[in-house]
Amino acid sequence: MKLHINPKDGTPLYRQVIEQVKYLVAAGRLRPGDEMPTVRGLAQELLINPNTVARAYRELEQAGVVCTRQGSGTYISDKGTPLSQEECRRILGVRADALLSDAHHLAFSLEEVLELVRARYQALESQHKEKKP
Amino acid sequence: MTTAPTAEPVVLLQEVSRQFRRKQALDSVTLTIPAGVVYGLVGENGAGKTTLLRHILGSLRAQSGTVRVFGMDPVAEPVSTLSRIGYLSEDRDMPGWMRVRELMRYTQAFYPDWDEAYAESLREQFLLDPESKIKTLSRGERAKCGLLVALAYRPPLLLLDEPSSGLDPSARRDILEAIVRTVADEGRTVLFSSHLLEEVERVADIVAMMHRGKLVFEDHLDTIKARHGRLLVAREQEDPPPELPGQLWASGRGRAWTVICERPLDALQEAAAAQGLTVLEADVPALEDIFLARVSPGTRKAPVS
Repeated sequence: MKLHINPKDGTPLYRQVIEQVKYLVAAGRLRPGDEMPTVRGLAQELLINPNTVARAYRELEQAGVVCTRQGSGTYISDKGTPLSQEECRRILGVRADALLSDAHHLAFSLEEVLELVRARYQALESQHKEKKP
Repeated sequence: MTTAPTAEPVVLLQEVSRQFRRKQALDSVTLTIPAGVVYGLVGENGAGKTTLLRHILGSLRAQSGTVRVFGMDPVAEPVSTLSRIGYLSEDRDMPGWMRVRELMRYTQAFYPDWDEAYAESLREQFLLDPESKIKTLSRGERAKCGLLVALAYRPPLLLLDEPSSGLDPSARRDILEAIVRTVADEGRTVLFSSHLLEEVERVADIVAMMHRGKLVFEDHLDTIKARHGRLLVAREQEDPPPELPGQLWASGRGRAWTVICERPLDALQEAAAAQGLTVLEADVPALEDIFLARVSPGTRKAPVS
């Protein structure tokens, strides 16, 4: 499990941990039954306060993303993907906001942005096809 | 490992004041450090951070007000308080003529709880040669050596005065790791002062900011951040700068302005919309931005780029 913490980001660190774990689950990079690092282990790896990691784990458990087995650690819950359509939309929405903010600064119209997104999508598609003929 | 306040705070300061000649170094400072937290003390040079730490150590006596460490007066009971505090001073004052091995043995003599195996494991982790003389150590090695002798008796309170200042990233990482490990172990308490706000933001539960001897604020980091908002707004006409509720700081020119306000972000966005401002960006500022807005508040015109 590889998380990237940015203390300068306005998002509180425990929320960054929660969102990245949820994202890794949604992307299938963490699967049901996978064991999570211990609170202490993750705190030392990320160099953040163990209280912050403990809070993130607590909220992930309440949200049903992970479950704690008494005395044996924390695991990704096997209730299937806990990331609702709504949550996925929210994650993409944040990215879209950043894109639109940049577009505004660079004086792009909405139509121009959409056109650019479509063009980039097609470029990626054709690259993909070339890689696996 | 809990942030819930326990019956007795580890450190308690009530209206502590201290004057050096004409300078008010501490101005009626009141603060509480509960057990098991990482407490970050921030402020510019000369804000009073070191003076505050020295009152907790008992090396300065409060001219007025009360200092309690583990419920005791550190000036009246220096032995019982100091035996529970691990201290890394800003100037890392250690006898230069001693070898690392000698400093370890010398310090051990003062602390019955000194853990020889732990001290040795720290020495290996920090890559310190036991035969090196202190005066030949690099800055980073000196800091690590100071940290070793502050940690090896597992003090319930660790006091670090600007532990990372002037250090390379590897030594800074060791210091941060020591802070993280200290609170992870048995819920011990860390108080550290720093002007590297990114580090404070990483590890602190509670942040206190000092400015000219006064405590400007003291709160949980998450609460401090939730209370502040930063907007990039555009106006219909040029000038004057916007005036939003709780505004601490504004910078910009012409139609575009960045403001930092003491208001939760959603309330701030509503207020901006009500004034007819277009919000281009809205986020919670980093601790460093909040700090700068507090230290030098006001409005400034950005130079023409």
